[in-house]
Amino acid sequence: MNAETGQRRRERIDRGIKVRTAGLYALMSWRELSYLILPRLVLIAGLLGLPMMMPGMYWKRVISIVCIYALLALVFDFLAHFVGLVSLGGAFFVGTGGYISALLNVKLGLPPLACVPAATLLGGALCTLLLLPCLPLRGVYFAIVTLMYPLLLARVIEALNILGGTDGIMGIDSLPSAWMEQYLVIVLVLAALFGLRRLVNTDLGLVLRAVKDNDQAVRASAMNVTYYKALGVFIGACIGCLSGACLVHIYMWAGISTFALDFSVLPIAATVIGGSGTLVGPVLGCLILVPVSELLRDFGTLRIVFYSLILLGFTVFRSEGLMVFGQRKYHQFERWKSI
Amino acid sequence: MTGQPILQVEEVTKTFGGIIALNRVSFEVREGEILGIIGPNGSGKTTVVNCITGFVKASSGRIRFRGREITGKAPHKIAALGVTRTFQIMRPYYSLPAYKNLVIPLFSPRARRTGGWRGGGRLGDRNTLGIDILEEIGFERDSYVPYKVTATLPTGYLKRLELARCLALKPELIICDEVFSGLSMSEIASMVPLIERLQMEGITLIMIEHRLRELFQVASRVMVLNFGEKLVEGSAAEVMADPRVREAYFGSEEVEEVMVHA
Repeated sequence: MNAETGQRRRERIDRGIKVRTAGLYALMSWRELSYLILPRLVLIAGLLGLPMMMPGMYWKRVISIVCIYALLALVFDFLAHFVGLVSLGGAFFVGTGGYISALLNVKLGLPPLACVPAATLLGGALCTLLLLPCLPLRGVYFAIVTLMYPLLLARVIEALNILGGTDGIMGIDSLPSAWMEQYLVIVLVLAALFGLRRLVNTDLGLVLRAVKDNDQAVRASAMNVTYYKALGVFIGACIGCLSGACLVHIYMWAGISTFALDFSVLPIAATVIGGSGTLVGPVLGCLILVPVSELLRDFGTLRIVFYSLILLGFTVFRSEGLMVFGQRKYHQFERWKSI
Repeated sequence: MTGQPILQVEEVTKTFGGIIALNRVSFEVREGEILGIIGPNGSGKTTVVNCITGFVKASSGRIRFRGREITGKAPHKIAALGVTRTFQIMRPYYSLPAYKNLVIPLFSPRARRTGGWRGGGRLGDRNTLGIDILEEIGFERDSYVPYKVTATLPTGYLKRLELARCLALKPELIICDEVFSGLSMSEIASMVPLIERLQMEGITLIMIEHRLRELFQVASRVMVLNFGEKLVEGSAAEVMADPRVREAYFGSEEVEEVMVHA
């Protein structure tokens, strides 16, 4: 055993893989491939398998809600970390997308599978249009305006008694089958996650990140900063409205509570827990936070106390977030190598 | 070799509150020349650049590029015409590898139309093109330098990166805001031929400088600003001989020294 230890050394697995995947893809073996693919596979299979592991209808529904929040958390992370806009607009996006989809379904009689994509695009465009005035500004203005709109819209609906008023819009069709209702949102989360990850690594994504870091240089590079911010907001708003549209078809009801600030705040908490800037972190954060919040219902009012304590703990002891921590540890795995 | 006026600045005034940063400054730049702008600190040199490139709006006056009015236009529209600038306080994308800095200007509509610095037509892969531009501007291709994270590069490379960003847009006019400042003598010595080469390629330059000796090597004409007003304009020798310039700016010993070397 002794002669052999002299011939071996420990080596970090990722070193060679990182170098070779940085520019061109030249992985040598299945083992190296699996090093990269395995975490992704675990995520995909895990998310898809999740409903089957749930005991009853109640928890299956919780998974759907997790996915709704995960979409919103993805939007928050994308806008905050890759476009440089801190958005409190979760509620705004959900409400807009939800109401549009509900109206298309109830008033025009379109089937849910047509309403959802239509609400995604229409809602995305509408939200972008409403947010356009504050895009040339830097700083907290965007956050303030995104926070203001859902409050404003909810009060407008209540005061003018339009769009169903406080009762909301009832009689919305559900998605064609229970199976689809369960898996549509899961697939959408995966699509949004991997789509955004790809987007931020394209040249367009690079420009978006540049707008965040250094908008003067982007201006000097003959590019319209406001246009790219608007494009980023449009992408984010589309995903947000998509989640809202799915939500109203799951609940078969759209009301003022779709403008509830939970939709703005929980995604931010999930991003903090999961690790901002990783995109996958916020999804993970929702997977933890939403079920925890459900479990804590038994404690009644104390629920908020426990919830706050959990958040506090994460912020103080793991402020980088689970995913950032996990990725670092994963890259530090070592193996024995004979010399 | 100098031709038509390419940039005309007419009676431009800029006030910040009660402070007059520029007071009815007029000058023109002719195609293919290098115009030097000098002046003491706070004399309004950078404000001139900001007014021309649209980063601040002139309070009054007109600026025309190739006969076209550009006063008050948005910075990206002016840059899209080929009027590019470097920043005195460098503004690279510090977190990116050096060559990725050029992917961003190469993504702009102007670069897509013109194909980048050398491109006559279509734009190829932006990463490759970025490395090509960096190599031409003095980043050694076969070293790690173009791939290094920008924050780790020394000032000399960052100054070149500022120029490279302009070049990626296939510029007609580059306004250099103190590209020599903060560089060592040897770095400046290698920068001067680069500036000369850009001029040979038909790019017009405005150079704002404090390094007079190097500026006088390359500049065709020099303009002096003082307290936001144009003092004189002319060849390096004319400007240096002007007593008002001596009084306002240099202090006599330094002038003597520069004159000896010029």
